Amino acid sequence: MKIIVFVKQVPDSAASVAVEDGKVTWGDAPLVINPWDEYAVEAALALTEAHGGDVVAISMGSEDAKEALKHSLAMGCAEAILINDPAFAGADSAAAARILAAAAQKVGDADLVIFGKQAIDSDTGVSAAMTARVLGWPAITLVAAIDALDADAKTIQAQRAMEEGRQVVSSKLPAVLSIVKDYGEPRYPSFMGIRKASKAEIPMWSAADLGITAPEAVVSWPEIMSPPAREIANEIIEGGSPEEIAATLADKIMAEKVL
Amino acid sequence: MTNKVWVYVDQFKGEALPASWEAVTAGRDLADKMGTGLTAIVIGSGVEAIANTAIQYGADEVLLADDASLEDYRANPYTAVFAKAAADAAPDVVLFPTTSRGREVAAMAAIDLNTGVLVDVTAMETEGDAILATRPVYAGKLLCKVKCATRPQLVTLRVRSFGKPELDESRTGTTTAIDAVMAEDEIATKVLDYVDAGGGVSLSDANVIVSGGRGVSSNPAEAPADLSAEDQEIWKAHEGFRLIGELATVLGGAVGASRAAVDAKYIPYAHQVGQTGKVVSPDLYIASGISGAIQHLAGMRSSKVIVAINKDADAPIFKLARYGVVGDLYDIVPALTVALKERLGK
Amino acid sequence: MDFKLTEEHKMAQQMVRDFCAKEVIPTIADWDRKQEMDPAILPRMAELGIMGINLPVKYGGQGFDYITLGLVCEELEYADTTLRVVMSVHMGLCAMSILQWGTEEQKMRFLPKLASGEHYGSFGLTEPGAGSDVAGMASTAVKDGDDYILNGEKMWISLATKAHVCLIVARTDSTADKPTSGLTAFVVELDSEGITTGDLHGKLGVRAGSTGWIAMNDVRVPASHRLGEEGEGFKIAMGSLDNGRYTVGAGATGLIRASMDASVKYAHERETFGKPIGSYQLIKQKIGRMRRDYEMARLLCLRAGWMKNEGLRNTRETSQAKWFATDASFDAANEAVQVHGAYGFSDEYPVERFLRNSKGAVIYEGTSEIHTLMQADYELGYRKDKPLRCELPAFNAEEWQAEK
Repeated sequence: MKIIVFVKQVPDSAASVAVEDGKVTWGDAPLVINPWDEYAVEAALALTEAHGGDVVAISMGSEDAKEALKHSLAMGCAEAILINDPAFAGADSAAAARILAAAAQKVGDADLVIFGKQAIDSDTGVSAAMTARVLGWPAITLVAAIDALDADAKTIQAQRAMEEGRQVVSSKLPAVLSIVKDYGEPRYPSFMGIRKASKAEIPMWSAADLGITAPEAVVSWPEIMSPPAREIANEIIEGGSPEEIAATLADKIMAEKVL
Repeated sequence: MTNKVWVYVDQFKGEALPASWEAVTAGRDLADKMGTGLTAIVIGSGVEAIANTAIQYGADEVLLADDASLEDYRANPYTAVFAKAAADAAPDVVLFPTTSRGREVAAMAAIDLNTGVLVDVTAMETEGDAILATRPVYAGKLLCKVKCATRPQLVTLRVRSFGKPELDESRTGTTTAIDAVMAEDEIATKVLDYVDAGGGVSLSDANVIVSGGRGVSSNPAEAPADLSAEDQEIWKAHEGFRLIGELATVLGGAVGASRAAVDAKYIPYAHQVGQTGKVVSPDLYIASGISGAIQHLAGMRSSKVIVAINKDADAPIFKLARYGVVGDLYDIVPALTVALKERLGK
Repeated sequence: MDFKLTEEHKMAQQMVRDFCAKEVIPTIADWDRKQEMDPAILPRMAELGIMGINLPVKYGGQGFDYITLGLVCEELEYADTTLRVVMSVHMGLCAMSILQWGTEEQKMRFLPKLASGEHYGSFGLTEPGAGSDVAGMASTAVKDGDDYILNGEKMWISLATKAHVCLIVARTDSTADKPTSGLTAFVVELDSEGITTGDLHGKLGVRAGSTGWIAMNDVRVPASHRLGEEGEGFKIAMGSLDNGRYTVGAGATGLIRASMDASVKYAHERETFGKPIGSYQLIKQKIGRMRRDYEMARLLCLRAGWMKNEGLRNTRETSQAKWFATDASFDAANEAVQVHGAYGFSDEYPVERFLRNSKGAVIYEGTSEIHTLMQADYELGYRKDKPLRCELPAFNAEEWQAEK
């Protein structure tokens, strides 16, 4: 089996993100692999451990994104590729999906393409579905568990986490998956993987390498800003027994007319 | 067809999600502003009743794809129906609820229709037929304005961000049947079953959320001695989440949790609120035993009224809380359940 | 001069940091309160490869350098001192001594199991009546055919009840002209007949760790388990301390950082007189000093690690690093409690644990007083390090990382 996993480099989820001069800043918080993507890498590695084959990690971005790829290599991916071309700057989700699909095709023969649920910076959560559509493959998004995979018959059965519970679906391969946290904790990088990753030369693919011209972005971001500060009157309810405190609190909640 | 504003109605097993009606209401406003009519598109099997309700919520016209092959939601056949209808009629704007399905159909249709999608939008302004949308990024730590240069503009609306829908039973409109596009043998996926579907209140729809954090394990009760240390801790936490669940039930709400509580296996991940869980904005959010890590705050800060119950007076959660109680959740939560039950006449 | 950590260093550091953040920090206060070691922790460290981090791959290790060992210790002690103590005894004092002094046969025999964490190593030097005064040791080893027979008691032994092997120093020659020259080191398997072990309780700190005693009653140890020559025990023990002290110093650096991070967080959260306490000069002074001490301790430890990598004798520099870092970690933890005020006095916050944990390292592996004297003696010319028969092997990436 060949599995491609797409990963992204993002500011750490603990970062205090702010806007300065119209640009997003995150102080000295580190850039890390998108936490959701670690679940995608975990799923890909677990599948190849069970069914044989290799995982190729691919990221699109500046050279910083090599960190996310090295993390993926250290977790156990066999190969990593960085898609990097100034022409791709400003790509919207659909443009990115077209670029990623071209990369998946250049890798060739993949049985699965796996994404994390969403990136914690842009929070769009559409990459898996869009890339599947460009490739013309079925999308099985929000996968919480993979029940079965038959590498020879090229079929997969998975549980998707929807609002109402889990939908159990089967699909033909190749397919595109996105993975949610229920799948199970991602492994740490292994020390052996770290040694390998730190020595790895990560190839860079440009638009020319992919044989495409940069797809045009139609979605633009004219403005990014901090949310308006919320003035909250904090009121600490104290005094008396828990019952008395609860009674006061209950009265206040009722007075808010939110129930 | 002349209606320039459309709404995609998301449904599960023949029931439209409340978020779909929020989208219809928002679509009605938008259509009026743009001087056009509102078309709702309903896809499923045995979903005719939804078409009528869509009209009563404000649609002028419903496109109804009702076919056995559309019984269960599957991305490709649903997208195919929607994309074909949209390609034929060329609306300017399509609003979707940001549900798992709405987001996915919008995303895939954007590829088919060579357009863009504005995801999880919390506010919209119009400039002629152009939408300038506001959406949270970095889990709401920042807001971003976005627009789409091509048509149709596919916009998914964040659940509970647009006004409450109002039903007008006197409204009338037309329903036009449209066909399924893919034959069963062209569809690569099959839906085999549902697990745990249909139970409980979903976090994103909930009007009230009562959440527990790591503090839930500081249960004064003694856990059974034959359990391992980790299991004793989980036993204690389960008891705490039972109390939290009782309060949530009295309030008709859902149970949430911090990442710390989920990581410690006190409660399944489906309950996690925060940057790597669900982003929610209920009318009432009661945080008990949650200190308020930045990732958690990002996921619930837009809740209307926040109540915090925590032993540590310096916990960051208190800064966001309208009402705070410095105390033990094991004392306060059960007492609050009793007090609110009484006041709500339950 | 290059102050940059390599990619390998940074990734290993991050991996251990993530492990601690996910699997140690959330529950450590409870284990500390219970005065028990989390039974999952040693197997988990083994499974992740931490227990063999800086042993060559051919001995089953992960093939990282000595600087990585220091970085790992910093991360472990950032979470809790007990985890770093494991590395000090298992790796610094036990496995690295075998790496330094062992025959190839002994290395192949003992190191792979230690590296994989199938076995935990410990170190038996201190006795009820012999701490800094190593020469006052009462344990004996008497040659009997192809074996030695060991008797005596070792005290304050980390992992005494958990370890599988222990590097034990005992007196083989009571007539030697210098009391230090009659000592010999042995790798003793702790399931040998005649060994009993127990844990000590009521410790001020490292309560989530295991500290105990080992009693030997006619324990038969094959001569092939003797490390080095007869009479080399003192030199081996002192050499071990060069490695143990390095891990202690690096760990203390992590404790300074933990105290600093907790203080900074609290200084932002806590308000008095309408302002966050971080805005007050006396709080700033404490935090400023923590940062200064952290950087100094870190640089001293990195230099010691670098010297080990290069194969340079580092007894003097390691002593400086251990002495400074442990004193500074005690100060930092003490000030962190002060920053937290009354809350710092309660176990709702981690800083009281930091303070209790920081005290031990000022005492073991050479008290601060011993290090003061050592440094003075070097300076005055009273003390000189003579070359050892076996030096700790320099780090050689190619050789260490070569697959078998």
